[in-house]
Amino acid sequence: MNPVNYLYLAALLFAIGASGVLIRRNVIVLFMCIELMLNACNLALVTFSRMHGNLDGQIVAFFTMVVAAAEVVVGLAIIVSLFRSRHSASVDDASLMKL
Amino acid sequence: MNAIAAATTTSTGEAVQFWILGTVAVIGALSTVLLKKSVHSALSLAGTMVVLAVFYLANGAYFLGIVQIIVYTGAIMMLFLFVVMLVGVTAADSLKETLKGQRWLAVGCGLGFGVLLIAGIGNASLSTFNGLGAANALHGGNVEGIANLIFTKYVFAFEITGALLITATVGAMVLTHRERTERAKTQREMSEERVRGKHLPPLPAPGVYARHNAVDIAGLLPDGTPSELTVMKTLRDRGQIRDVSQEALADLKALEQRSGERLGREDADAVARGANPASAAENSEAAK
Amino acid sequence: MENLIALLVAAPLLGAAVLLCGGRRLDRAGHWLGTVLAAASFVVGVVLFADMLGKGAEDRALHQHLFSWIPVEGFQADIAFQLDQLSMTFVLLITGVGTLIHIYSIGYMEHDERRRRFFGYLNLFLAAMLILVIADNYLLLYVGWEGVGLASYLLIGFWQHKPSAASAAKKAFLVNRVGDMGLSIAIMLMFTTFGTFAFGPVLESTGETSEGKLTAIGLMLLLAACGKSAQVPLQSWLGDAMEGPTPVSALIHAATMVTAGVYLIVRSGAIFNGAPDAQLVVAIVGAVTLIFGAIVGCAKDDIKKALAGSTMSQIGYMILAAGLGPIGYIFAIMHLVTHGFFKAGLFLGAGSVMHGMNDEVDMRKYGGLRKYMPVTFITFGLGYLAIIGFPGLSGFFSKDKIIEAAFAKGGTEGWILGSVALLGAAITAFYMTRVMLMTFFGEKRWQPDAEGHEPHPHESPKSMTIPMIVLAVGSVFAGGFFAIGDRFVNWLEPVTGYEHGHSPLSVATVTGATVVALVIGVGIAWAMYGRKPVPVLAPRGSLLTRAARRDLLQDDFNHVVLVRGGEHLTRSLVYVDHSLVDGVVNGTAASVGGLSGRLRKLQNGYARSYAVSMFGGAAVVIAATLLMRAV
Repeated sequence: MNPVNYLYLAALLFAIGASGVLIRRNVIVLFMCIELMLNACNLALVTFSRMHGNLDGQIVAFFTMVVAAAEVVVGLAIIVSLFRSRHSASVDDASLMKL
Repeated sequence: MNAIAAATTTSTGEAVQFWILGTVAVIGALSTVLLKKSVHSALSLAGTMVVLAVFYLANGAYFLGIVQIIVYTGAIMMLFLFVVMLVGVTAADSLKETLKGQRWLAVGCGLGFGVLLIAGIGNASLSTFNGLGAANALHGGNVEGIANLIFTKYVFAFEITGALLITATVGAMVLTHRERTERAKTQREMSEERVRGKHLPPLPAPGVYARHNAVDIAGLLPDGTPSELTVMKTLRDRGQIRDVSQEALADLKALEQRSGERLGREDADAVARGANPASAAENSEAAK
Repeated sequence: MENLIALLVAAPLLGAAVLLCGGRRLDRAGHWLGTVLAAASFVVGVVLFADMLGKGAEDRALHQHLFSWIPVEGFQADIAFQLDQLSMTFVLLITGVGTLIHIYSIGYMEHDERRRRFFGYLNLFLAAMLILVIADNYLLLYVGWEGVGLASYLLIGFWQHKPSAASAAKKAFLVNRVGDMGLSIAIMLMFTTFGTFAFGPVLESTGETSEGKLTAIGLMLLLAACGKSAQVPLQSWLGDAMEGPTPVSALIHAATMVTAGVYLIVRSGAIFNGAPDAQLVVAIVGAVTLIFGAIVGCAKDDIKKALAGSTMSQIGYMILAAGLGPIGYIFAIMHLVTHGFFKAGLFLGAGSVMHGMNDEVDMRKYGGLRKYMPVTFITFGLGYLAIIGFPGLSGFFSKDKIIEAAFAKGGTEGWILGSVALLGAAITAFYMTRVMLMTFFGEKRWQPDAEGHEPHPHESPKSMTIPMIVLAVGSVFAGGFFAIGDRFVNWLEPVTGYEHGHSPLSVATVTGATVVALVIGVGIAWAMYGRKPVPVLAPRGSLLTRAARRDLLQDDFNHVVLVRGGEHLTRSLVYVDHSLVDGVVNGTAASVGGLSGRLRKLQNGYARSYAVSMFGGAAVVIAATLLMRAV
C-alpha cells in the first residue's frame, strides 16, 4: 500500500467534516465537525512528516492540537453562554447579522 | 517499524490495518455528521479520533498518537459530552433543513471540495517516502526528537502556545461566569416565595361588576367599592385607574332630578304615579 | 502716444462706475460728469487723430498692450488695443456723436428722476463700444460686443415701468444673443483654425486656410453682424427698441451700436475676401434688409419706428457694400459715418418734436410743425435731404458710391444688387418725404390727449438744439468732404484695401439714375401726402401696407416658426426626457434596486450560509490553482 492513501483518507475526512459544518444546525455538533476537520489536517501533517523524513510536521500537528484544545475551551464557553441567553443551541437562531 | 516507515510501500499488515480502520474512521465521521443526537455524534467522533491515533502511531508519530488519545479522546471529547449534557436535547438536533437549498449546496460543496483535494493529491508526485526512521533515531526516539525540536527550534511558538492556553482558560471563565449580586436564597425562602404574595386563583377581570368594561376601570366589589386588583399592574403603577363608582351614582341622581323637574310641572301626574316616593319628596323640597 | 489709447475707454468706464455706484448724492451733478467724461474721451480721440494725421499712411496704426488676460499655454488672450485708421474713424464717430447725444440728453432727460443712472448707462455703452472698435483681438472685441448688448438692454428698458419697454429690452437682448452665439462660434472656429484670435495673425494667415473653413467663419461672423446690426433675419428687435428714450435710439440704434456689425465685417475683410460665397451671402443679406427696412419704414405712423425702418435699410446699404469686397468696404464705412451724422440728427429731431408734443409719436397727429419749431425743422430737413441723397449732401456721395460699387460687382449679381440699391434709394426718398410732410407740413392735426392737455408745440432748449445743429452741419458737409479728392478712400485704404470697381454703367449714368429715383420717390410721396390732407386715423391700406405696419410679419414669423417650433421641440424633448432618459435612469435605479433586493437575501444572517460561500470560494480557489498548475 502506498502511504499516500493516508492523505486521501485525510481529504475525505476533511470534506465530510466541512459538509457537516454546513449541514448541522446544532452548534455542538457543528463544533465537533470542526474538530474532525482539524484532525484530518493533523493526519495529513503526520503523513507528510513521514514522507519528508523529519519531525517538523509532527510539531505542527502538535501545535494544532494545542490550539484546538484552547479553541474548544473558549468555543464551548461561548456555546454555554449563548445557550444561557438564548435557550437555543441552533446556529440559525443567532442570525442577528441580517438586515 | 523503522524499516516499514522508511519504505515507499508499506507492509501488508499496515495495509490491512489501514483499510479496516480507515473504513471505521470514515463511518465514524459520517455518523458524526448524520446521527441525530449530539451524544451519538460525540461518541462517533471519539471513535474516529481513536482510529486516527492508531494511524499516527502507524506513521511513526508515537508521541502524537498517545497525545491524541489522551488529550482529544480523553479530554476534549469528554468536554463536549459535558456541554451536551448541559445543553440537553434541543430542537437544533433535528436534521430537517430550514435554510432553502443549504443542504444541496453543502453536499455539492463538500463533494466538489473532496474531489478537488483528492485530485490535487493524485496530481502531486508523492512517490518517494523518506520514512521517519532516521529522524526518530537521531535523538534516540520520537519523543526525544520532538522534545528537541520544541525546546530549540520552536521554543517561542511553544511559549506563546502556553500563553494562549492560559488566555483561553481565563476567557472560558469570563464567558461562563455569572456574578452573584445577592445572597443565595434558601430552599425555605424559595418555597415561601412561591405561595405568598401571589393570588393563587385567577385575578378578577376589570369592569366585570361595573357599568363599563374598559381596562382602566376597576371592577366593583359587591359593596360598591372599586377593586384595584382588577386593573393591570402597569396602569395601577401609573395611577391611571378611572373610578366610576361615584359617577354612576351621580348620573343616576341627575337623571332622577331631571325626571323630577319634569314631574314637578306635572305634579298631579307624579303624585298619581307615585313612581319614587323619595325623589318625589326631594322634588317637592326643591320646589319649595 | 499709444499710451493714450486706454484713456479712450477708461474715461467713460470711470464715468459709468462712478455714476452707477455713486448713489443719490451724484444726482445733481451726475449728468455733467457723464458728459464731461464722454467729451474727454472725444478730446483724447481728437488728439490721437491729430497725431495720426502727422504720420505716414503706413505707420499710423498704434498698438497698446495693457496686460495678459488669460495667459495659458497655447491660449493667449491679451487686453491689448489697436488703433488704426478704421478704428480711429469709429472712435471719432462714437465719441463725437456720443458726446453730442450726452449733451442732448441733459435737456431731454431733465425731468426724469433717474437721469444719473441714464448717464451711467450711456457711459457704459460708450466704453463697451470703444472696447469693441479698438480691441486688437476677437476675444476682447467679444467683450465689447457683449458690453454693448448689455448697455443696449439697460437703455432700451430704461423706462422699465412700461411693460412694452421691458419686453422690448428683453427681445433685443434675446435676439442679440443669437448673433452673439454666431460670434462666439466664429471665435472658436478661428482658434481651432489659426490657433489665435488676434487680428494680425488671423487676418494675415487667411491665405493659407481652406475656403471651406473661411466660409464657415465668415457665415458665423455674418450671423453675429445680423444680430447686432438688425439685418434679416435677426432684425425684429430694432423696431421695438424704439421704446427706449429717444437719445438712446439716436445713439445706439442709429449712429453706433448697429454699426458694430458693419465694423466686424469690414474688419474681417480678409476672411471674407478668401470666402466669396460668404461674401455673396453678406451682400444678399444687405440687399434684402435694405428693401425690407425701407418697406417697413413706408408704413409706420410712429415717427421713431419709421426712422428705425430707415436705419435698418441704411445699414442694409452698408452691409451690401461690405459684401462687395474691397470695392465696397470703404464706402460701407463712409456711408456709416455720414449715416451716423444724419440719422442721429433725424432721431434727435424726432425727439425734439416729441418733446414739444407731449411725447406723442404718431405722425398723423403732427402736421404743420415747421412754424412752431423752426430749428428742429431746419436741422431735420437737412438730415432729410442728406438721407434721401439730395445732390451735394452727405447721403448723396456715400449712397451713390455704394450703388456704383454694387453695379461694379459685375455679372448678373451686379445688376441685381445695383438695381435693388437703386430701388432702395427711391423708396428711401418716398418714406423720408412722407415723414417730413406728415410732421412739418400740412394742417395741424394734434388733439388733446386723454387728460385733455392740448399740446403746445415749442422749440426745444439749447442743450437739445445745439447738438442737432452740429449734426446737421455734419449731415450737409461730411459726404462732400470725404468724397471729394478721395480723402476717405486714401485714409482707409492701408487698412481695408481698395480696388476701384469698374461699373458697366458710367458714373454719370448711375448718378443720373439715382437722382431720377430720388425724384420719383419724392414725387409719389408728395402726391400721396403733400397734395391731399393726411387722415388722422390710418386708412386700412393694402395688404402690403398692413403687413408692413406689422413689420412685414417678422414677429408673426418668429412666433410661428421659432416660438411654436421651440415649444413643440421642448415638448417632444420633455417627452423624450420623461420616457427615454428618465426611463433609462429610473430603469437603472429600479434594476439596481431589484438586484440589491435579491442580493440582500444572500445576507440572511445565517452563519451556515456564509460558511457555504466561504467553502465554495475556497473550492474555486483550489480548482483555479489546480487548473493553473495543469496548464
